[in-house]
Amino acid sequence: MIGIARKLRAAGVLGLNERNAEYIARLNPRRLYPRVDDKTMTKRLALEAGMAVPELYGTISHQADVRRIGEIVGERDSFVIKPAHGSGGDGIVVITGRSRRKRDCYRQASGLLITESELRHHISNIVGGQYSLSGNPDTALVEYCVQFDPLFADVSYQGVPDIRVIVYRGYPLMAMVRLPTRNSGGKANLHQGAVGAGVDLRTGTTLTGVLHNDVVDEHPDTGALFAGLRIPHWGFILESAARGYEVTGLGYLGVDIVIDRYLGPLILEMNARPGLSIQIANGGGLAHRIRRIDAIRDAGATPPERAEVARVEFTVELPAAPTELEPADYWVADDRR
Amino acid sequence: MTMRYVYILASVLAAIGVTIFVYKWQALGFPLTAGQQKPAWTIETSLRFDAGPGSIKVNLQIPALTPGFGTLDQYSLSRNYGFSVNYGGGGREAQWTVRRASGPQTLYYRIVVYEDPDADLSDTTPPFPLPPVIDEPLKTAVEVIVDDVRAQSADPASFTSTLLRQANDSSPEPSVELLLADADTPVKFVDTMTTVLAAARIPARMIRGLELQDQTRRAELIPWLEIHDGVRWRYFDPQTGEESLPERFLIWFRGNDPLARVEGGSNIVVNFAVQQSLLDSMTIAEQRAAARQSMLVEFSLFGLPIQTQAVYSVLLMIPIGALIMVLMRNVVGIDAFGTFMPVLIALSFRETRLLWGVILFTLLVALGLSIRFLLERLRLLLVPRLTAVLIVVVILMLLISVVAHKLGLETGLSVALFPMVIIAMTIERMSVVWEERGAADAIRGGTGSMIIAVLAYLAMGMDWLEHIVFTFPELLLVVLAAVMLIGRYTGYRLTELRRFKVLAAE
Repeated sequence: MIGIARKLRAAGVLGLNERNAEYIARLNPRRLYPRVDDKTMTKRLALEAGMAVPELYGTISHQADVRRIGEIVGERDSFVIKPAHGSGGDGIVVITGRSRRKRDCYRQASGLLITESELRHHISNIVGGQYSLSGNPDTALVEYCVQFDPLFADVSYQGVPDIRVIVYRGYPLMAMVRLPTRNSGGKANLHQGAVGAGVDLRTGTTLTGVLHNDVVDEHPDTGALFAGLRIPHWGFILESAARGYEVTGLGYLGVDIVIDRYLGPLILEMNARPGLSIQIANGGGLAHRIRRIDAIRDAGATPPERAEVARVEFTVELPAAPTELEPADYWVADDRR
Repeated sequence: MTMRYVYILASVLAAIGVTIFVYKWQALGFPLTAGQQKPAWTIETSLRFDAGPGSIKVNLQIPALTPGFGTLDQYSLSRNYGFSVNYGGGGREAQWTVRRASGPQTLYYRIVVYEDPDADLSDTTPPFPLPPVIDEPLKTAVEVIVDDVRAQSADPASFTSTLLRQANDSSPEPSVELLLADADTPVKFVDTMTTVLAAARIPARMIRGLELQDQTRRAELIPWLEIHDGVRWRYFDPQTGEESLPERFLIWFRGNDPLARVEGGSNIVVNFAVQQSLLDSMTIAEQRAAARQSMLVEFSLFGLPIQTQAVYSVLLMIPIGALIMVLMRNVVGIDAFGTFMPVLIALSFRETRLLWGVILFTLLVALGLSIRFLLERLRLLLVPRLTAVLIVVVILMLLISVVAHKLGLETGLSVALFPMVIIAMTIERMSVVWEERGAADAIRGGTGSMIIAVLAYLAMGMDWLEHIVFTFPELLLVVLAAVMLIGRYTGYRLTELRRFKVLAAE
């Protein structure tokens, strides 16, 4: 056991305790948390900084306003409802269409229908604080539903894949693409069973994936390989992520970005306590990269400069043979065929 | 930088805690384990006499300075009599008085003592005694003896030994024989010896005490000889002249006075009965600390009313449970619902016992969860829904109690001791996690909470630990220091070793 710990230490793997005590506690002052915990505020700050975000249709902060949902949505066919203080993708409802016969019956990303009254109950739960971290009354956001880029169509099951970038003191450190699976219920959250695929920071090319702490090469539902996908607008994505530091002031930050088919990269949300599975997806630890940044950090650098530094420093050579199937597996598969 | 402050603070806290602990343990003798017992003796003195026609006054010599023994308690049993304790020449005197009484009377005086090696109560240094006035022919005999013994001895101690040896000689010198002609009892013998010693200008006195044994219905006061050598008092066996004191010898009183006197009555008979019992070391330690006027004990938990003490004996274990929880969460890395929920559950297990606690808790949460899912269909607002769950939990507890009682399972009644608000919150949290992240996550969190609760219960249920924490609450500072250090623990959690195993392969 100590042997494993030593190997992990050597690989620069960051543990939860170290992340919390060394980086979050030191670099993320609590007073700045509302900037990322409250998604309405994140959105406003990002807009002020000139970053692209999904358009906000309206907010609902009182039970009395819940019935206004129809009014806020108007004639739009697709939208997303999420709690302003939600965490881990909880409480998010993605509406991608409407029933043809009944206009007040919406179709969720999963294909299931949801009536307007059910939607209202969900919003009222959000407002009541069911999904907020502390159980306090919350605000429900109604916003633009991202039309995701077909690039990831083969490697995601419903839902919207997003790109998570860990930003350390303004420098992008590590990134992964989070791909929804059937188990994750269309959510791009690794806790809920989504797959994460590591990304080479220089080229924006995907590497292997992680599913429930295990390295995987192909999507569990679609069977498509993750590796080798080239993420478009990569330079802009890294720059936006780096800019998240200026927006939030948080020194250890997770920036979630989606790529819209029409609008390009949009900042979805930011996170003051980004998870650590990204290390598995990238096959390496964060600690070495953190130390490298500590060594070369330039406090006056602009976001584009910092993004450039990250691209130079944190390139990963693509794994030579991504598939490592046991020979026996081939035989079994052949027999069945 | 912060790290250093944490280390310094933690070590200061731990040092304070351990120092107080060691002081109380070593110096004040607080026992490390519960129920440690020390022998104590109850000595009951009964005085029987026949009452005269008039008012009655009874005096009894009672222990004052008792080297090797501490006094725990003393009291008198005597109906209708006034009772007081006075300091007299030989030490202390108990006095009973009554205006009128008739027939045979019995008075009791009881004293409870325990062995205390530290109770070496120093007596005052006496002045040199005046030469006793002795009539001839004894005067000459005494002078002869003193001269003779002085010639054979060097100092007061050796003088005394030599004197006693000569006095006990089977074929004594004529002068000794003359002197001891009247000394037909040990008391008179020792009395005579003190006279001779006084003639030699050596302060000496007779002491009388009891050899404490397990149980004696009729204990005899044994006369002993005590001399002062200018520095301290020394004890001599009047029979052999050896400097010694019998084993477990409680000095009852000093001097030549009679043990008891009665005015207005007659035929006084004094009897000693000794009964050994075992006393909790705790009681004795407190007594000793009180004697030293130690602030530590003055301001301790033992000064509180018994009921409050009982509450604190439980409360003081909560930090221990919380320490277990911290270890489980930050070092082992087990998921659980709520921050302190597992500890509170563990606390309620104290009443239900472990097996029943786990069964009842699981049953309650399972039932509550299913009801919660039914409530979900009603689409209630959050707070009313939580309240509804709470009410359902109360009803479920009631039902479980009633059914268990009917079935004759009395342990089922203890379900009422579960913190229902905590359970309601658990059910709500679990159902949200269940819906949002699936049954696996919810059951994992629930199981984690249960594992931590069970471990915390086992830690909090250790009797010796409870005793130690209650007796030495300063050890909580050590727990605090430990928690602080864990708070700065940046190593991997045990579960992370599994989680990141793939990264260790390369």
